[in-house]
Amino acid sequence: MRALVWHGKEDIRCDSVTDPEIEDGRDIIVKVTSCAICGSDLHLFHNLIPAMLPGDVMGHETMGEVVEAGRGLNGKVKKGDRVVVPFTIVCGECDQCKRGYFSVCQRSNRKKHLADKVFGHTTAGLFGYTHLTGGYPGGQAEYLRVPFADSTVQKVPDGIPDEKLLFLSDIFPTGWQAAVQADIQPTDTVAIWGCGPVGQMAIRSAVLLGAEQVVAIDHLPERLEMAEVGGAITINFDDENVVERLNELTEGEGPEKCIDCIGMESHVTPSMPDTVYDRAKQIFLAESDRPHVLREMIYVCRPGGLISIPGVYGGFADKIPMGAAMNKGLTFRMGQTHVQRWTADLLRRIEEEQIDPSFVITHEVPLDKGPEMYRAFRDKQDSCIKVVLKP
Amino acid sequence: MTNMSSIASLSNITRSEGDPKVIHAGPSSRGVPDSLAKGLGWFSLGLGLTELLAPGRITRALGMEGKEALVRAYGVREIGSGILSLSVDKKLGLWSRVAGDGLDIATVMTALRSDNPKRDNVVVALALLLGITAVDVIDAQATTARHSRGVGRRRSYQDRSGFPRGVEASRGAARDFKTPSDLKHAPPLAAVSKRVPAA
Repeated sequence: MRALVWHGKEDIRCDSVTDPEIEDGRDIIVKVTSCAICGSDLHLFHNLIPAMLPGDVMGHETMGEVVEAGRGLNGKVKKGDRVVVPFTIVCGECDQCKRGYFSVCQRSNRKKHLADKVFGHTTAGLFGYTHLTGGYPGGQAEYLRVPFADSTVQKVPDGIPDEKLLFLSDIFPTGWQAAVQADIQPTDTVAIWGCGPVGQMAIRSAVLLGAEQVVAIDHLPERLEMAEVGGAITINFDDENVVERLNELTEGEGPEKCIDCIGMESHVTPSMPDTVYDRAKQIFLAESDRPHVLREMIYVCRPGGLISIPGVYGGFADKIPMGAAMNKGLTFRMGQTHVQRWTADLLRRIEEEQIDPSFVITHEVPLDKGPEMYRAFRDKQDSCIKVVLKP
Repeated sequence: MTNMSSIASLSNITRSEGDPKVIHAGPSSRGVPDSLAKGLGWFSLGLGLTELLAPGRITRALGMEGKEALVRAYGVREIGSGILSLSVDKKLGLWSRVAGDGLDIATVMTALRSDNPKRDNVVVALALLLGITAVDVIDAQATTARHSRGVGRRRSYQDRSGFPRGVEASRGAARDFKTPSDLKHAPPLAAVSKRVPAA
């Protein structure tokens, strides 16, 4: 089959690879009908997250049709089912899964020993996202093996196009969880840093959940436009001082809820000197993450407020103003998304036409165009916000 | 015939039997300018280390004895350019190499004196410098063009609200959602201030 394979920093190729095979009774093989490039794939593209190996298949936003099912599934998932494959692989049986903390499933990371060493304790296995999270081949491919299929996949009905359902695999539940864990109230101002795909979903989620004001921060005109038509007040940080504008919008009090949809690769610009400092340290391997957004959120957030972090951080971040965070009594909520906790509810909201997540797709291309689309997405060329690949 | 890197092949020892393995590698997302930048980055590192560790050999070869400290400083600059050229910010690295080439040429030109017994070596060094400068300029331009956002027409996303019923009708449409108890936060200030009017 064909698959997008990581060969090194900025080196993705559409390779011929062997087909995946069933290994366990709870496995299925999915014939991929649609998959997408995620913003967090760019961290791997830049080789900023450790433990990728040449030959690893990329991708963690995937859907398709079950073409082969293991014998241990007892009919819960069967050949012919149409499924969305969340990026988190979950056993459904451990204590963490039972309480809905799927992204820290205790059993699905098949390279648990690595995660134990690096994180202290293991987290869930993820598709196409380094050997720290299991080294599972990803879904930017023609076929994907899904372990623990009965607890991992979300079955979806026929009759709804892939484009509306695909993002149940990651960015829609990720944006949703970012908003839900902020416990949005009708009186809240919710500030969202980053208008990439997850930021766009967080904006829509905050609007649906009834925030009084949703403020979106970025500097790319096309992303700000998409944020604005989605119901956000926008701040272009090239033109305005973010802290001043947020205080102005909140009568000097600061937003109650701040959401970081950027993560470890904040935009670098001389007008924000800390970003240049972070980039320099990152180049010399003295820091792995560029946490400008965290610093700004901690500074501007209202005392007693909440900071929600769906953006991916990979390792070590420097100069975090913990003094301000501690004295202001801020609450931090973060983590990889517990996708399976939200998918059924979000599927209903798509079916009821509360939202159509396909709005975010700006490019749809065949799988073999994937390598060049990684570059176009990274360089923000042709107003690129979200790429869907068709194997 | 297969075409896969030996590292990709070696990494297969970490994979399970049913995992896909590369049979034939396709074209890379890295274009020619990116690959050349990588080569120039490694060249910078090599040259920089030589300048840093053995400046005397360079100054003797060019008849520039006494300039060892300057050559060492250029070595540090060269290593910086190399690291940048190997990073994601390769454009910056390549343009810093071009600026460095200018400095190198200006410095070597001072040794092009008729009384310099190593004048022939200086001429060869200048020819090499001019050649590498041309390569640097071409690659810096190509890399800048390849990774720029472009000046083409920006797409309009005015029709991308994502709300089939419109934005205003969708505000609060999911208020039926009950925040799970483990994700509850403190009550909003507005609710408190309604109960206890400010003094």
